[in-house]
Amino acid sequence: MKPTDTANPDYFHQVVDCQWACPAHTDVPGYIRLIAQGRFDDAYMLNRKSNVFPAILGRVCDRPCEPACRRSRVEDKPVAICRLKRVAADNRGDIMDRLPTAPAKKNGKRVACIGAGCASLAVANDLIPLGYEIVMYEALDKPGGLMRTNIPAFRLPVDVLDEEINMILDMGVDLRLNTPVESMAALLEENYDAVFVGSGAPKGKNLEIPGRYDDEDHVHIGINWLESVAFGHIDSIGEKVLIIGVGNTAMDCCRTSLRLGAKDVKVMARKPRDFFKASDWELEDAEEENVEIVVNRQPKAFVIENGKLAGMTFDVMEYDVDKKGRITDTRMTGEEFFPADDVVLAIGQENAFPWVERDLGIEFDKWDVPVVDRTTHESTRKGVFFGGDAAFGPENIIWAVEHAHQSAISIHKHCLGEDVNNRLPDGMNLVSTKMGMHEWSYSNDYDPQERNIVPHVDLATRFRELDIEVELGFSAEQAAEEVERCLNCDIQTVFTEKLCIECDACIDICPVNCLTITQNGSEEHLRMRLNAPAENLEQGLYVSAELPQTARVMVKDEDLCVHCGLCAERCPTGPGICRNLACCIPTCLTRQSPTPRRKCASLGPEQRRKEQNKHRRVQVDRFLTGF
Amino acid sequence: MSYIRKPRIIHRGLARNDLGLTVRDYEGGMSTLCAGCGHDSVTGALVQAAFELSIPPHQMAKLSGIGCSSKTPAYFLQQSHGFNSVHGRMPSVATGANAVNGDLYYVGVSGDGDTLSIGLGQFMHAVRRNVNMLYLIENNGVYGLTKGQFSASADVGSRAKKGEENIQPPIDPCQTVIAQGGSFVARSFSGDKEQLVPLIKAGLAHRGFALIDIISPCVTFNDHEGSTKSYQFTRDHYHPAIHADYVPPSEEILAEYEEGAAMPVILHDGSTIVLRKADAAYDPTNRAKSLAMLQESQASAEIMTGVLYIDESKPEMHEVYQTTDDPLLDIDYGRLCPGSDKLAALQERFR
Ligand SMILES: Cc1cc2nc3c(=O)[nH]c(=O)nc-3n(C[C@H](O)[C@H](O)[C@H](O)COP(=O)(O)OP(=O)(O)OC[C@H]3O[C@@H](n4cnc5c(N)ncnc54)[C@H](O)[C@@H]3O)c2cc1C
Ligand SMILES: Cc1ncc(C[n+]2csc(CCOP(=O)(O)OP(=O)(O)O)c2C)c(N)n1
Ligand code: SF4
Ligand code: SF4
Ligand code: SF4
Ligand code: SF4
Ligand SMILES: [Mg+2]
Repeated sequence: MKPTDTANPDYFHQVVDCQWACPAHTDVPGYIRLIAQGRFDDAYMLNRKSNVFPAILGRVCDRPCEPACRRSRVEDKPVAICRLKRVAADNRGDIMDRLPTAPAKKNGKRVACIGAGCASLAVANDLIPLGYEIVMYEALDKPGGLMRTNIPAFRLPVDVLDEEINMILDMGVDLRLNTPVESMAALLEENYDAVFVGSGAPKGKNLEIPGRYDDEDHVHIGINWLESVAFGHIDSIGEKVLIIGVGNTAMDCCRTSLRLGAKDVKVMARKPRDFFKASDWELEDAEEENVEIVVNRQPKAFVIENGKLAGMTFDVMEYDVDKKGRITDTRMTGEEFFPADDVVLAIGQENAFPWVERDLGIEFDKWDVPVVDRTTHESTRKGVFFGGDAAFGPENIIWAVEHAHQSAISIHKHCLGEDVNNRLPDGMNLVSTKMGMHEWSYSNDYDPQERNIVPHVDLATRFRELDIEVELGFSAEQAAEEVERCLNCDIQTVFTEKLCIECDACIDICPVNCLTITQNGSEEHLRMRLNAPAENLEQGLYVSAELPQTARVMVKDEDLCVHCGLCAERCPTGPGICRNLACCIPTCLTRQSPTPRRKCASLGPEQRRKEQNKHRRVQVDRFLTGF
Repeated sequence: MSYIRKPRIIHRGLARNDLGLTVRDYEGGMSTLCAGCGHDSVTGALVQAAFELSIPPHQMAKLSGIGCSSKTPAYFLQQSHGFNSVHGRMPSVATGANAVNGDLYYVGVSGDGDTLSIGLGQFMHAVRRNVNMLYLIENNGVYGLTKGQFSASADVGSRAKKGEENIQPPIDPCQTVIAQGGSFVARSFSGDKEQLVPLIKAGLAHRGFALIDIISPCVTFNDHEGSTKSYQFTRDHYHPAIHADYVPPSEEILAEYEEGAAMPVILHDGSTIVLRKADAAYDPTNRAKSLAMLQESQASAEIMTGVLYIDESKPEMHEVYQTTDDPLLDIDYGRLCPGSDKLAALQERFR
């Protein structure tokens, strides 16, 4: 194999599994170390830089980082990354003077944001410090979008939501509540410098089966129903409730029903458990509350007796599943009736843009979804950007935030008259973590501690009010244990092959046998020839250049490295090979110091990129986090 | 040394041997040697060899004298028996231990100082008695533990860290042991586990005294330019003359070998070592030829490695003395210690 190009920031970044999996690339190991040091304010600010809503996300994030976490490859359970985020938020002091502010002198540009959900709010968060004026249109009488209307207060308390929304609004957003945008054409006529569409995916999917409209009062569309509950328009439900669908919305609907007086709540799933869309933890929380999940039942008809809903009939399904877990055959084996006083449909959402005229140059595809560039978020009309659920359909908060960061970059470039496609590459900065002979600037010992479980309010208490938060958050002791589980995947062992004397010390000390010195070969062969076979193809091999004494190569299987740094500690060749990686993810505030032109002109593309990386300076950290 | 212990995490893909153990079960305590010391690498090779042979850890005894090298038995096979003896006295302790229990694998780990200076007399007698053990010299040309004085294996002209030149001729343990009638003599290098691991396995399977002289650089006091025991010098002058493939008793020899260059030697326990020779004419069972080859290579500063001499027919100590095969520990106490009456009767015979 060719030597690994570690000058490409993606290489080391990918090793930080959680950060790589996080859509907004939150510096997880960084904030976990800050929590370990008791620096909660700093941990909060570091989070906020990437994900804007640490207290909210510390409770309800979809946490794509956790399934990716390296710890779950070394033992069963990942680090409780999300819950640690909440620890930072719960324990922080007053950070108000560290928040970004609007400059006294505005830049004279006006941007319209449609919707006041997390996507629009995060755009405002990024653009206001640059001097932009943000006009935010919201159809409802409160900001927050689905975070307020759909995520129930027993998962996300309203004061937590308000506090983080206000951090943005207080910078000075021209928020226009109860002001739905009813015509894009009219809005465009107001000559904004750019328009950001963050209107979400507001349409709940319907179920067109017999009887659907025969007792409309007792058949609800999940997201509308949750919204009515959140705004206090609905405060009760029948005793027997069926929830159709088994995604996260269904989980919120069933748990909300229990708090409104339902006694018997069943979640009806069409397929077996392995095919559920809901996250494991949401399922666990619902089952803890005695919600019954019934599998293999496909809705057939609503049964109406005397003009009133009596229940539903379902086809009983049977599936054949192959070894890879795919369904190969489907059969109906019978029919079953389930009584119900109310039915809640939680089978998905869609975008809907009835207010966007189709002759404005904003193209829609054959599913009537706007055509949006995946990187720039620009629509086919210059200056109109889409982000959050409005862009590519329903996702989650952290994706909405990332869309917002990218849209803000584009908007800024658009307003400066620059090409929105000419974006800064990701950068990185490696700093030695060696402090002394055996001292490292991080806690490198492996702690066999198992994942801590977040305490919950007991079942009797939690149903008393609709808004009693179920999760209590980690205690100080639990947090102190949990932080030590993090393996510090951003501590990289960097090979300095020209110094290597091939003494094998690093190979012998590696606790997980992931280092090998061997003859070079094809990737396939190398993977089998290592000290322990590198079978996880999703994880790279880090291959050195030829070693000076024997022309063999050093190979590291990134899969199971626990970043203990022992290899660096045992290496006799001086400065050590362990470095801390700071991934520099550009935002609209990132500046690049220009690479000396003359130097670059004579270089090939590969070397030019390396050269550019060397000269990149990222100023955004200091500005956004204040440390 | 490191300050944290190597954590106990087992790579899920890590192989298991016949006993169901992983290579990590054969490790020992945390090394306190300098980072990069060749001795740690020899430790790694021993761990690997014992794992591959599926040796039950309690069936092995590790013995050593004094020196950085002699500290290493603490770093492998934590669950084995061990004895850290006085400087240079390990051979007699090993001889004694072997006399009372011939059933264990004995591994003596020593240094060039421990063996060739203070312990030379003891060493030669263990060779002479053909004690059934594996004897490793972790040879770095210096007394590492006492800060780098030249040892008896330092080559003429080799320079110390501060520049002074060694003028005394070296003792070559391989030549010495072959001349003394040793039955298994090999040389290797800590930086070549591919060669070292099978040699250790063959040495453990050999019946009688198996010597492996392992060039094992001292990174702190003898790894500079001008040293003839540095990593660089060793790699530059290294000749894998005879490679040994170890084939356990239960396995067939599957690899195909070139005519003449390969020579299978069946060891006492039924295992085989296939010697692959760089020079087909070389006969490692011929004492005189071995000595001649070693002397030639010494003159041209080449380091010949691999199995240099082997004689599987030579009886080991128990056979020579016709002592009991059973470990004394397993012998009925009444038989082992017949009592004062029997002693008195015996003494009576000598009056
Ligand atoms: C029940 C449920 C539970 C969920 N739970 C989670 C969770 O636990 N974790 C998670 O990460 N994600 C969760 N999600 C998804 C998450 O809420 C959304 O992905 C996220 O809120 C999308 O943000 P957004 O800003 O794009 O849109 P939204 O939050 O939908 O905000 C859009 C806003 O635009 C307004 N609007 C719409 N049209 C117009 C118009 N024409 N003019 C003016 N205003 C308009 C709307 O009123 C709304 O306030 C959940 C979703 C649902 C339905
Ligand atoms: C009886 C006695 N004499 C001298 C010493 C001092 N001493 C300790 S280690 C050593 C030499 C060790 O050299 P070597 O065996 O080559 O081991 P290395 O440290 O090089 O591995 C000496 C002379 C001692 N410990 N005991
Ligand atoms: S162990 Fe820590 S740094 Fe590594 S993936 Fe998990 S949370 Fe991230
Ligand atoms: S840091 Fe080094 S020693 Fe530790 S697991 Fe990774 S490669 Fe192995
Ligand atoms: S410990 Fe250092 S010098 Fe020794 S093999 Fe590893 S990288 Fe090379
Ligand atoms: S002094 Fe030399 S022999 Fe001793 S531990 Fe250090 S490197 Fe090894
Ligand atoms: Mg020595």
